Amino acid sequence: MLEIKNLHARSEDTEILKGINLTVNAGEVHAIMGPNGSGKSTLAHVLAGREDYEITEGEVTYEGKDLLDMEIEERAAEGVFLAYQYPVEISGVSNKYFLKAAINSIRKHNDQPLISRGDFVAMLKEKLALLGMDKSMMDRSVNEGFSGGEKKRNEILQMAMLEPKLAILDETDSGLDIDALKIVSQGVNALRSPERGIIVVTHYQRLLEYIVPDKVHVLAGGKIVRSGDKSLALELEDKGYSFLSEGAEAIAAN
Amino acid sequence: MSSENALLEEYAQREYEHGFITDIEADSIPAGLSEEVVRLISQKKNEPEWLLEWRLKAYRHWLTLEEPKWHNVKYPPIDYQASVYYSAPVQKPKLNSLDEVDPVLLETYEKLGIPLEEQKMLANVAVDAVFDSVSIVTTFRETLEKHGVIFCPFSEAVHRFPELVQKYLGSVVPYSDNFFASLNSAVFSDGSFCYIPKGVRCPMELSTYFRINAQNTGQFERTLIVAEEGSYVSYLEGCTAPKRDENQLHAAVVELVAMEDAQIKYSTVQNWYPGDSEGKGGIYNFVTKRGACRGDNSQISWTQVETGSAITWKYPSVILQGDNSVGEFYSVAVTANHQQADTGTKMIHIGKNTKSTIISKGISAGVGQNSYRGEVKIMKGATNARNFSQCDSLLIGDKCGAHTFPYIEVRNTTGKVEHEASTSKVGEDQIYYLRQRGLPTEDAVNMIVNGFCKEVYDVLPMEFAVEARKLLNVSLEGSVG
Repeated sequence: MLEIKNLHARSEDTEILKGINLTVNAGEVHAIMGPNGSGKSTLAHVLAGREDYEITEGEVTYEGKDLLDMEIEERAAEGVFLAYQYPVEISGVSNKYFLKAAINSIRKHNDQPLISRGDFVAMLKEKLALLGMDKSMMDRSVNEGFSGGEKKRNEILQMAMLEPKLAILDETDSGLDIDALKIVSQGVNALRSPERGIIVVTHYQRLLEYIVPDKVHVLAGGKIVRSGDKSLALELEDKGYSFLSEGAEAIAAN
Repeated sequence: MSSENALLEEYAQREYEHGFITDIEADSIPAGLSEEVVRLISQKKNEPEWLLEWRLKAYRHWLTLEEPKWHNVKYPPIDYQASVYYSAPVQKPKLNSLDEVDPVLLETYEKLGIPLEEQKMLANVAVDAVFDSVSIVTTFRETLEKHGVIFCPFSEAVHRFPELVQKYLGSVVPYSDNFFASLNSAVFSDGSFCYIPKGVRCPMELSTYFRINAQNTGQFERTLIVAEEGSYVSYLEGCTAPKRDENQLHAAVVELVAMEDAQIKYSTVQNWYPGDSEGKGGIYNFVTKRGACRGDNSQISWTQVETGSAITWKYPSVILQGDNSVGEFYSVAVTANHQQADTGTKMIHIGKNTKSTIISKGISAGVGQNSYRGEVKIMKGATNARNFSQCDSLLIGDKCGAHTFPYIEVRNTTGKVEHEASTSKVGEDQIYYLRQRGLPTEDAVNMIVNGFCKEVYDVLPMEFAVEARKLLNVSLEGSVG
C-alpha cells in the first residue's frame, strides 16, 4: 500500500529525514517511535503533503501512485488521513458542517454521490458512541475551546467518519489521560481492517499497550535505526532511547 | 512563511458577474452640477415648490462644505462637474403593472437574479427596482396596501403622501449633515419610501434593488422608512453596477424612524462594481445611513454585507432617544484587490436603559485596506446605557491592511461600554488542516472566511444569508493559488 524509498526531506537549511525506507501493507499497524527531534512528525507531515518541507531525494509510492506528486487534498481524497498532534481551530464552522463538507469533498473527488442527510446522521451517531463523545460537540466550532483530550478524540472521530485507507496518527497519545487513551485506542482498533494500513507515531510505549502494532520502527537522526515486532517497544521502555542514539551515531558514521 | 505567501499571493483575482451593460435609451441631462441642474431635476420629477426649496438649500450649503479628509481611504480628487446627475431609462411615465415595463429592463433584473414578474417572485418579498436615477417598478403593492403599508418609489411618495414625506425627510439626516449627504439632498433622484402604520407587522420583506447602468452617472438615492408605534418591518437592499473603467459616484442617504415599540431591521448586501484587479474603475460609495429610535422600546438593526465598491464609506448609525431602545449593527466588509473600506457605526445613547451592540467583521485580501470606525456616545441623561462592541479583522495574505478606530465618549457614570477587538490571519495551518481533510484550497478559505462571518450571517434574513455567502465566495474566488 505504501512504499517509502530513501526519503530525504529538509526544512529550510536543516535536513530532517535522511533516507527513510519503510513498507506498510494493507492490514498492518506500524508504530514509529523515537526521541524528540528524530523526525517522526516530519515523516507524518511529509506523507500528508505539508508544504513546509522540501523533498530532496527518494520516492513514496501509495497504491501504485507517486504520492509526492499529489496535492494535499488529493492525497486525502485517495484515502490518506493524518490525525494531528495539534489539531487546528476553525472558528464559526460547526464540527458537523465541517465533517459533512469533508466527506462530500472526498466523494466528489471519487465520483461518488454526495452523502444523504440520513446516512450522515446515522453514521455520525454510531461513531460518536464508539468514541464516547456527546453529540453537542458537533454543534461547536471545529476544535475551538476543546480540551486537549477532546481535540484528540475529535481527530479520531474524523478518521472514523472519513474511513481512510492509510491512517497516520501523530502523537495521538500526547496529553491524554489513561481513560481518554483507552477510548481513543478503542476507536483506532475498531478501524483496524485487512484493507487499512495504520501508522502510529509515538514517543511512548504506553499507547502500544492498547494499539498493538504488527511492526515497530525506531527513528533516530532522520533514519530508521531499528525495526522489529512489538517486543522492540518494550525493550525501548526498559532501556530508554539513549542506547539507540549511540547506535544511530554509529550508523550515521558508517 | 514563504509558502503561505505563495499560497495567498494570488488572492487578488475576482470575477464580477454583474458587470454587463444594458443597452437602453436614456433621458439624461448633461454632466455638471449647478443650481440650474438642481432645478432641472426637480422639474423633471414635477416636484412641489417646498421640495425644490429644500434641494436648493442643500445645494447652497454643499457649496460651503469641503470633502471630508479624516477617513482612511485614498482616491484621486472627484470632479463633481464631470458626473451626470440625472439619467432615466426612457419609458412610459406611469407604471401600474409589469406589462408596461420595458422588457429590456425586466431582462436586466432577470439576469441579476431579481425576477420582477410577480408569479416568479421569491415568496414574500416585495421589490422596488431602481435603475439609474428612477424607480422602474414596485411589486406586490396591492397586497401591501391592504395592510396599510406604503412601499413606493420616493418620487411617487412626494406626490401621494406629501405630508408624510415633508414631515420626515431630513428629520434624521438633515441636508446639512455632511458633504455627501448635502450633495444627495440637492440632487437625489429616487429611492424607496416605506411607511408602516401603527400596530402593523409588515406581512413580507421589503426590498429595494439598486442598479447603476448609465455611464458617468452618479446614483443618489434616498430611502425613508417610518415605522409607527408597535409596527415591524424587515427591509433588504441590494446593489450592482456594470464594469466600467472610470469610477462612478454613489452617494445615498437612508433615514429610519422607529416610534414606540416599533422595530426596523435593515439589511444590505452591497455588491457595486469593485474595480478590476489593477484597481481601475469601481464605485465610490459614500453613504449616510442613520436611524432614530424615537419612541420607548423601539429597535433598529443594521446588518450589512459589503463586498463591492472601490471605496466604501458608510456608518449606519442609531440615535437611541427612546428609553429602553435598542440599536444593533452587524457588518461584514470585504476588501480584496485594491478595494478600500472605511466603515462602522455610531451609537448615540440619549434615553435611559438604552442598549447597543456592534459586531464588525472586516476581511482584507490582496492589497485591500479595511478600516472599522465606530463611535459610542453615552449622553448625560442615558442612565444605565449599555454597549458591547466586537471588531474582528481577518487578513488574507500579507499585503492587505486592517485598521480599527473606536471612539468612546461616556458622560454618564452608570454607562457600561465594552469593546473587544481581534486581528487574525487565515493561517496556513488552517488551510493545510482543511485540505488534509479533503477540501480544495478555495473551499478551505471560503469555509474559514464564512466561519469568521457567522455571527453576522446568523442575523441576516435567510435568503439574504445564502446570497451573502455566495457573494463572499465569489469575491474571494481565485484569490488563493
